[in-house]
Amino acid sequence: MGVGITVEHLNAFYGKTQALFDVNITVLANHATALIGPSGCGKSTFIRCLNRMHETIPEARVEGSVRIGDLSVYNGTSATQLRRRVGMVFQKANPFPTMSIYDNVAAGLKLNGFRNRKKLDEVVHKSLHSSALWDEVKDHLHKKSGASLSGGQQQRLCIARALAVQPEVLLMDEPCSALDPISTGKIEELIFQLKEQYTIVIVTHNMQQAARVAEFTGFFLLGKMIEFDKTEKIFTNPSDKRTEDYVTGRFG
Amino acid sequence: MRTRFQQQMEELREKLLRMGGLAELAVDRACQAYTERDLTRCQLVLENESHINAAEREIDELAFDILATQQPAAVDLRFILAVTKINADLERVGDQAVNIAERVMDMIELPAVELPVDIARLATAASAMVRRALESFVEGKAELAQAVLEMDHVVDRMRDEAFIMLVRKMNEEPQVTQQALDALLVARNLERVADHATNISEDVIFWVLGADVRHHAQAASAAPRPERREQI
Repeated sequence: MGVGITVEHLNAFYGKTQALFDVNITVLANHATALIGPSGCGKSTFIRCLNRMHETIPEARVEGSVRIGDLSVYNGTSATQLRRRVGMVFQKANPFPTMSIYDNVAAGLKLNGFRNRKKLDEVVHKSLHSSALWDEVKDHLHKKSGASLSGGQQQRLCIARALAVQPEVLLMDEPCSALDPISTGKIEELIFQLKEQYTIVIVTHNMQQAARVAEFTGFFLLGKMIEFDKTEKIFTNPSDKRTEDYVTGRFG
Repeated sequence: MRTRFQQQMEELREKLLRMGGLAELAVDRACQAYTERDLTRCQLVLENESHINAAEREIDELAFDILATQQPAAVDLRFILAVTKINADLERVGDQAVNIAERVMDMIELPAVELPVDIARLATAASAMVRRALESFVEGKAELAQAVLEMDHVVDRMRDEAFIMLVRKMNEEPQVTQQALDALLVARNLERVADHATNISEDVIFWVLGADVRHHAQAASAAPRPERREQI
């Protein structure tokens, strides 16, 4: 099951440049939360702070508190330990090109020393089912490489790979931006189903996508969380004029 | 800035205002036709109806097009929903004018009689409500729309008084029953015009404030917001 995320007074920096300013947010467990905002507003930086990917950039640093369930992200938790609980899917599908479909999904478990073949089969089967890819690849699991799949299939393969390690939170950074409408529809349908078991945070530039898949939406501007509310409210009657100007296309 | 979208929204607004002008004109002509027993004005109202119907279709088509292609949100989405509902109300205002004109055409066949009802006053009040509701739309001001809602009680009271007086007249002078009944039905048509003006005002409040004030819900429950007219 998913767990909630609590972010308090989060500030993120790239060297001397501050990218996030005192962000406070509570993400409910087993819900999809969308983050929207113009390019460079800090939403991707924010999502990368949730699984400590931000600090992989030289001179980048984070201040403040992030809790994933009972886990304090910046207080003695190792990145490996954290990322077992927090999966991530990126804008561009990034399957391991030389690995088979099966090995792509099993990669996370194998890296963690998991060797039980029967159990691995079960997890791969379950993960590919959960990512709605099983029927399309079940006959080529070992024959085809991840890179041989279409863009939409590759993205669902990456979701399967993330699900295989049984995370509680799934972070998605513009997962559909390179996909056609049919593949996008499949991923959105998937998000809708996955939130029963996982907490999902999705960064998207497609506001209709945020409106379709997320129960809650946060609007970022210039590194600040301007408004966070129920998605319906954000897209029909937002409280802040800046949010309204953005969702109505008056800027951004 | 989405220039094409803003142009379409402005076009939608202008079309609705033209529609409002047609509906308002129809009511004024029908009421003048009643007070002056003027067959020519009745015919103008009937001819005008096809223009109102055509305008209604045009507005719906444009709103449908914008919804399908532009995915409006927030204040823009509320604006388009409000326009489609106001559009339907204006078309019905036109229908009420047609009903009055048809009633007048029947009345002209009968001898004129003195009736204890001031239809002209009722017509002025109902027409003013439509005009002010449209002004609130033009200005994008919820407080103007709220003032129209309060006028509805006055028109209802005038209609009730007209009913009492006309029924009494029918009892006392059965020979004028037909004329009194015609006046009573005209009073009811005008009261319905006022109801449509009320609906239009509620839709303006929904657009501007995002508050649903139908069925006596309070606009005050919505958070105060800046006026929006300049954005459309």
